[in-house]
Amino acid sequence: MGLFNKFFSKEDKESLDSGLHKTKETFFSKLGKAVVGKSKVDDEVLDNLEEVLVSSDVGIDTTVKIIERIEDRVARDKYLGVDELNNILKEEIAGLLEDNNATDQEGLSLDPTKKPYVILVVGVNGVGKTTTIGKLAARYKSLGNHVVLGAADTFRAAAVDQIKLWGERVGVHVVSKGMNTDPSAVAFEAVEYGVNHGADVVIIDTAGRLHTKVNLMNELSKIKRVIQKFIPEAPHEVLLVLDGSTGQNAVIQAREFTKATEVTSLAITKLDGTAKGGVVIGISNEFKIPVKYIGVGEKVEDLQVFNREAFVETLFE
Amino acid sequence: MFDNLSLRLDKAIQNLKGQATITEINIAATVKEIRRALVDADVNFKVAKEVTDEIKEEALGQDVLTSVSPGQLLTKITNDKLTELMGGKLEEINVSGSPAVILISGLQGSGKTTFSGKLANYLKSQGKQVMLTACDIYRPAAIDQLKVLGEQVDVEVYAEPENKDAVSIANSAIKYAKSNGKSVVIVDTAGRLAIDEQMMSEIEALKKSLNPSETLFVVDSMTGQDAVNTARTFNERLDFDGVVLTKLDGDTRGGAALSIRRVVEKPIKFISTGEKLDAIDRFHPDRMSNRILGMGDVVSLVEKAQQAFDEDEAKRLNKKIRKNQFDLNDFLSQLQQIKKMGNIKDLVGMIPGMGKAIKDVDLDDANFKPVEAIIQSMTPMERENPDLLNGARRKRIAKGSGTSIQEVNRLMKQFGDMKKMMKVMNKSGARGLSALNPFR
Repeated sequence: MGLFNKFFSKEDKESLDSGLHKTKETFFSKLGKAVVGKSKVDDEVLDNLEEVLVSSDVGIDTTVKIIERIEDRVARDKYLGVDELNNILKEEIAGLLEDNNATDQEGLSLDPTKKPYVILVVGVNGVGKTTTIGKLAARYKSLGNHVVLGAADTFRAAAVDQIKLWGERVGVHVVSKGMNTDPSAVAFEAVEYGVNHGADVVIIDTAGRLHTKVNLMNELSKIKRVIQKFIPEAPHEVLLVLDGSTGQNAVIQAREFTKATEVTSLAITKLDGTAKGGVVIGISNEFKIPVKYIGVGEKVEDLQVFNREAFVETLFE
Repeated sequence: MFDNLSLRLDKAIQNLKGQATITEINIAATVKEIRRALVDADVNFKVAKEVTDEIKEEALGQDVLTSVSPGQLLTKITNDKLTELMGGKLEEINVSGSPAVILISGLQGSGKTTFSGKLANYLKSQGKQVMLTACDIYRPAAIDQLKVLGEQVDVEVYAEPENKDAVSIANSAIKYAKSNGKSVVIVDTAGRLAIDEQMMSEIEALKKSLNPSETLFVVDSMTGQDAVNTARTFNERLDFDGVVLTKLDGDTRGGAALSIRRVVEKPIKFISTGEKLDAIDRFHPDRMSNRILGMGDVVSLVEKAQQAFDEDEAKRLNKKIRKNQFDLNDFLSQLQQIKKMGNIKDLVGMIPGMGKAIKDVDLDDANFKPVEAIIQSMTPMERENPDLLNGARRKRIAKGSGTSIQEVNRLMKQFGDMKKMMKVMNKSGARGLSALNPFR
């Protein structure tokens, strides 16, 4: 427990524990099954391990990589006890996760030279972008920041209403031009409003788009360019929201969105409902983009700053 | 990674060549390869294991033919197997009852509300008196979203924004529908996680109280390994009648479809393929199988082509191609027809083996614009006789179309290459290509 106190307040830790309960339970019970009745790691254990990792959506590439490393260890050390397997897995998985370099335990500290700090939130349909923004706004606000939201999802029916309701709930201003307006114009005005009113954070919502739609992806690049007309170094953060229950397509999403907007951080949502979370490992490994937030429940505090040590520890605890 | 399964399998089973039959020993590595391909397409690990074991049984003892590579043979066996597993009789949704009640269920963000709007539109076009009911009382603005969709498809939406009891809303909706002559009521519900006991009880209560003629489970086709567990839990609680796969317009391989079909043994009744409200389709197991295996979707391509192409025009063009008289007018009208078929990248992606090749190519419909402008800046005579185009003419055309001489030259070169290709195809009979030739 001592380790976690460094990273989490008690409530956060409890929430992460219960939120990842499902991930943990299956990952662990499966791991247990993988080695049952074994005293050392042999081919059968490795086969079972492959199943455990793959069924957690880690992906074939990453799984094979982890297995090969363990095979190497077995070959080198001649003998590898099952107990040691846990430790090695822990090491390997932590090694594959990018550190998000959060400078404080909240991960929400702001650089005063970047004011307002502009966050552009992107992702495919239905991953939970608007909900994540609502929660993020609440957290920033609770730390005493002046937050402005930009309703640049002008496409999906009632998306503007949805973010406005979040704005009311959290008590932050929402810049909106209504439905079917130019999203770039909304983004521009949100940033402009933020600058003129001394906001600390401007968070811009965008319409969900499948990464295969070239025109929509170009629209994202345009939103980014338009923001840069106002603040050249903005957006300071491009947050790609991924659904934790998505399979291997998440990898392609990460690649395509990065191409259009240079994604700087990831948020993985809905991790409470899934036995997975393995996708976190695969993506972080492949793209070297840090996972910054994970969503483990409906409540505002269930959007957590991701900490890889804590995440891995929680899996193996 | 597994974009071309049969190629990969060829590599894995080189040791099969020169052997007369497929045996337990020479197939082992291949079966593992197929399993990994399936898992890579998000087929559940256990399901993949079972399926590949069955494939192995079927393949054992088959003669290795010289005419097809063992990889192709196994790919075909796999493809047939997947089609069979996802197939069965195409089942209609049940809209009997007065009114018929259709209950929509699923996880958050799976696309329930959008699908409800599409289904309303679909049933309305079949002459039903449809009404939508907003029972998502949790997500901010969910009711508004359904209302907007209802307006777009011109279907009435029943909602009680102040009522926080989904069961009572749905029941009043049905009463309202009865007295207003509606024949179908679609009940949109809140997204819920399978592990959320309270929410699962709510939808269970909804089903009990409404006794719907059809309960549908909506699932995002990008879902990974967990699709099976979610579907199983929903099925245990709701005993749903059919599955709806959404977001298939993306590039997901959609292995979840196979896993769900196999585990809950319920038919997939609809697929949803885009933002537009008419982007709803029947489920075709053979196409889904092709997709999971990364083999392209020729059938859909041909169907799309058939929809867009006017037969007389096609005959005329075909004749011209055969006589080697294909000119720039034909080229232009061809371009315009292709544009009618929809997004180019989606189309090319359906051609087997092309999916990977064009992944990083920016194929935008806008790329056609300068080409059209160039041809439209030519005189009718020039369009019929491209050989007339000398330097001066090209300069004029570039000016007229707002492009450069280089662009004009490039187009003329492409056109020349194309004609050469047509000539070759004519000579060889182009039997292999004819399936793809929309001009046939």
